[in-house]
Amino acid sequence: MKERLEQLKQEALQKVEQAENVQGLKDVRVEYLGKKGPITEVLRGMGKLSKEERPVIGQLANDVREQIAEAIETKQTRLEDEALEKQLEEESIDVTLPGRPVQVGGPHLLTSIVEEIEDLFIGMGFEIKEGPEVETDYYNFEALNLPKGHPARDMQDSFYITEELLLRTHTSPVQARTMGQKDGSEVVKMICPGKVYRRDTDDATHSHQFTQLEGLLVDKDVRMSDLKGVLNAFAKQMFGDDRDIRLRPSFFPFTEPSVEMDISCKVCGGEGCSVCKQTGWIEILGGGMVHPNVLEMAGYDPKEYSGFAFGMGPERIAMLKYGVDDIRNFYTNDARFLKQYHKA
Amino acid sequence: MLVSLNWLKDYIDVSDYTPEELAEIITKTGIEVESVEPVAEAAQGVVVGYVKSCEQHPNADKLSLCQVDVGEETLQIVCGAPNIAQGQKVAVATPGAVLPGNFKIKKTKLRGEASNGMICSLQELGVNEKEVPEEYKEGIFVFPDDVEAGEDAISLLNLDDKIIELGLTPNRSDALSMAGVAYEVAAAIDGSYTLAEENVKESEEAASDYISVNVEDEKANPYYGAFVIKDIEVRPAPLWMRNRLTAAGIRPINNVVDITNYVLLEYGQPLHAFDYDRFGTKTIVTRRANDGEVITTLDDQERTLTQDHLVITNGEEAHAIAGVMGGAKSEVQDDTTTLILEAAYFAPSIVRQSSKDHGLRSESSTRFEKGVDPNRVERAGKRACELLQKYANGTVLGDVVSFDELDRSEKQVTIETSLINKRLGTDISHEEIGQILRRLQFTFVQDGEAFHISVPTRRGDIERFEDMLEEVARIYGYDNLPFTLPAGANQAGGLSLNQQLKRKMKTYFEGAGLNETITYSLTKEPWAKMLVSPEVQREAASPVGLAMPMSEEHSHLRLSILPELLQSLSYNVARKQNDLAYYEIGTVFISDEEKVRTQPKEVLRASGALTGEWLAHPWQQEKKMVDFFVVKGIVEGLSEQLDISFTYEKSRLPQMHPGRTAIIKAGDKEVGFIGQVHPKLQKEFGLKETYVFDLNAEELMEQYTKEEAFQAIPRYPSVSRDIALVVDEDVAAGAIAETISEAGAPLVKDVRVFDLYQGEHLEDGKKSLAFNLLYLDPMRTLKDQEVEEAHNHILQSVKDQHAAELRS
Ligand SMILES: [Zn+2]
Repeated sequence: MKERLEQLKQEALQKVEQAENVQGLKDVRVEYLGKKGPITEVLRGMGKLSKEERPVIGQLANDVREQIAEAIETKQTRLEDEALEKQLEEESIDVTLPGRPVQVGGPHLLTSIVEEIEDLFIGMGFEIKEGPEVETDYYNFEALNLPKGHPARDMQDSFYITEELLLRTHTSPVQARTMGQKDGSEVVKMICPGKVYRRDTDDATHSHQFTQLEGLLVDKDVRMSDLKGVLNAFAKQMFGDDRDIRLRPSFFPFTEPSVEMDISCKVCGGEGCSVCKQTGWIEILGGGMVHPNVLEMAGYDPKEYSGFAFGMGPERIAMLKYGVDDIRNFYTNDARFLKQYHKA
Repeated sequence: MLVSLNWLKDYIDVSDYTPEELAEIITKTGIEVESVEPVAEAAQGVVVGYVKSCEQHPNADKLSLCQVDVGEETLQIVCGAPNIAQGQKVAVATPGAVLPGNFKIKKTKLRGEASNGMICSLQELGVNEKEVPEEYKEGIFVFPDDVEAGEDAISLLNLDDKIIELGLTPNRSDALSMAGVAYEVAAAIDGSYTLAEENVKESEEAASDYISVNVEDEKANPYYGAFVIKDIEVRPAPLWMRNRLTAAGIRPINNVVDITNYVLLEYGQPLHAFDYDRFGTKTIVTRRANDGEVITTLDDQERTLTQDHLVITNGEEAHAIAGVMGGAKSEVQDDTTTLILEAAYFAPSIVRQSSKDHGLRSESSTRFEKGVDPNRVERAGKRACELLQKYANGTVLGDVVSFDELDRSEKQVTIETSLINKRLGTDISHEEIGQILRRLQFTFVQDGEAFHISVPTRRGDIERFEDMLEEVARIYGYDNLPFTLPAGANQAGGLSLNQQLKRKMKTYFEGAGLNETITYSLTKEPWAKMLVSPEVQREAASPVGLAMPMSEEHSHLRLSILPELLQSLSYNVARKQNDLAYYEIGTVFISDEEKVRTQPKEVLRASGALTGEWLAHPWQQEKKMVDFFVVKGIVEGLSEQLDISFTYEKSRLPQMHPGRTAIIKAGDKEVGFIGQVHPKLQKEFGLKETYVFDLNAEELMEQYTKEEAFQAIPRYPSVSRDIALVVDEDVAAGAIAETISEAGAPLVKDVRVFDLYQGEHLEDGKKSLAFNLLYLDPMRTLKDQEVEEAHNHILQSVKDQHAAELRS
């Protein structure tokens, strides 16, 4: 019987080996391991054996069964893997075809610039203040040391609604309002971004509506060197560590001394080129120490308090930083323009 | 202000600096140099030549054969200019000379005759065509007689000059003169300069025998000086003077006019010369013009005057608009022999008014408008007399005839070293400040650490401590200020809640696929009234308009962002960009006054406009055009972001599609609207189907509550049930959903529409709506029976309220 079992095992293993598909394996299983199969038959004939032989043959028969079953199992897994692989092969796709588009929008370039500047100054402890775009003559001019009849406030330059109301020509009235709300002793540390309006005919470099961003610090003993330090920190963060700044004397009615700030030209590194008109410097913003008249009008004693203020044009900064060459681009909202700067 | 460097060198030694270095120093100490430009491209080896003889070229009709004395030798030169003549002094490029364009002059032969050089036109020497005087345009330049053969022609013609263009801020009108610039440069480079004394020889005869001066408005005209100069010969001014005027951008005319202009540039004091014989009387009366008075000015324009203008009269009629322009009647002409030379101080405001009213901005008016130096008015007159004596053969009569109530006092300002340093953040020594004041040529008295300064009248801009602070700082050098950070108490900066919310909304819209735009607040009147949200419309009287708009395009402040947003879409569609999704958060201006007197209310609104394809994915056959529900989905997403629930009420609004528009409410407040733009308006903008939304961003911020109670994730399972209902087609899904929510409370937590069907198997006029209901009790597991009961109650309610039948 031993020989018979050994023979059956060899036969079965060979058939497993030869089986080409799952069905073939099933047939082998039924043929050899089924209830009517030869191994069962062998086991049935065990009654004829001696008491000593029976467990030995029984054990052997079970071993044979297991070996066959295992071989079937192994072969089956292999066949299934092959079948799956074949199926997956058939499911293959062209990964270079385009994906299903997702609508992605983005901010306007000016918003990106303004928010970047806001965040820089927030980091330095500044608050953001806003104010009305339709201003009173008082806050837009008088409170800023531009009394009636001052040449700098010619009717030509502003959009008046009534004699006393106009579209603000700068964001400085927000500063005057904020200072006015304090009681003449509180610290003011703020920046104010916003839309401003001037009587200009729209062309490549002029826009009747544009953006301004101004800053103000009023405290005891604010120094001009503080203005220089703060603007330097701003310029390095905004334009890069390798850029230098310089201040030049200038004039604004609401500051004294007044300054204009240049940053070193990125294109030529300060050597002089057409971008910087051969000077090596590019004008970025204006500012100065808050004029004592402005402090007085807001209720601060200029002997005790001093401050600095500065203002810049986000359009100009965008034009310098990203090479935008026509200010009207900011307001026509050409989709190609808007999308170009989403990562700005 | 255009500054000739050669002229400046007459006053101050700047030889240590290149023009560019000098420009840099001037810029850094206070006056921005806008450019440094050479007058002409450099030419070398050009000298004055005397044309000893000039004959017809033997072999060419149009050429001349000249013998030209160039100082050291006489050269034979062939010349083709039509105006060449014997006896002229001309500019000769000798062999070896280099003309602009790197044109080298060599000895040559022309039609068989030796030509050893070239007689030059101004153009050939690099002078800009438009600056060449008419008489020399077609030929060579001819020098006046007083030059010597062999002299450097380039230098005589001032072609080696450089022009420094100053960009003057309104406070620095002191630099509107060469003298002022010289003072400034002297301070900047620590050089020395003082305005030289005038040198006039007056005749025995008294000017007062010829003229008297009468001033009626001494506030407008605190000083009027009249000089009388006889025996004038009107002719061209000397070449150097004409060159300097040209360099400064003033066209030379004749010696008299040129001299007044020259002194205007030199002293910053405008002067005017009247022809004495044409003046008509022996009396000058300055007065306010009469309303309607007429004068014909030098430019032959007839101008009507008012009381706002000051005129110079002969006691009868006006001969000049003070400070602005002279009259045609007493204009200096070639036959003029006697002059009245006016040197006056006219108040800035009255000159500003005149120049504005008559649209006349001249070299003269700009200076008066900014205030001339009171101590230089009379001196300027004397300087002109000196030059008229010298270059117009004039005889200056004894003593100026004047009216004089002019304040020439110097302002007193005190500064202290410690306060200067405290304000600048510096550590400048007392001595150094004294040194700076000396460089500025400000006289002062020291008193401890204080300087009591007398500010020269040329610096009318300096009035108080802070002005002097700037003077000290700029001469000390802004570059030398240290970098410090504010020492005061540090506050935490940051965004207010509303500023944070504005950013949150922007981030949401952009994540939802919209692009931010910025459009104009000023729009045309019809657009200012268009697509205005009903709750804004109820509050606004009419759009706020400008008093004097520049154009109809931008005449009124917007009540809605949408029209300009549609314009942006239209702009793009016209450029073949058809798929657009735009939003803007910006201010609208609401006034309840029919005639605006107070500031309008400014409200932040969030608006969007979408058109074209929303999704295009052709190879998988997916495509979605923007429709109402795309836009509504975006608005719903915002409501979810802000955790404010919106309800939508179908409405008819002007300029909107009557069947596809809804008012949006948050709580019981109207906050805006959503819908399709009316096809007629779409067409006006050249747009296909376009959908918009407009929300009151400020009201949403108001309703936003930051602190939300933490909602535990439910621990018990929910039960989901679907129902399909058949209703009349005009029953709103939202209304049924509301009924379901109410009837199913508190177990029904969510109701969603998942199917809408109309057509086959349904009666006409009916539709089927399928809802998915979510039952949940967060505290326990629901029993089937409870759900069943609630469900039946819901079915009864929708039947009662909407005649809804369960679809079989
Ligand atoms: Zn450069």
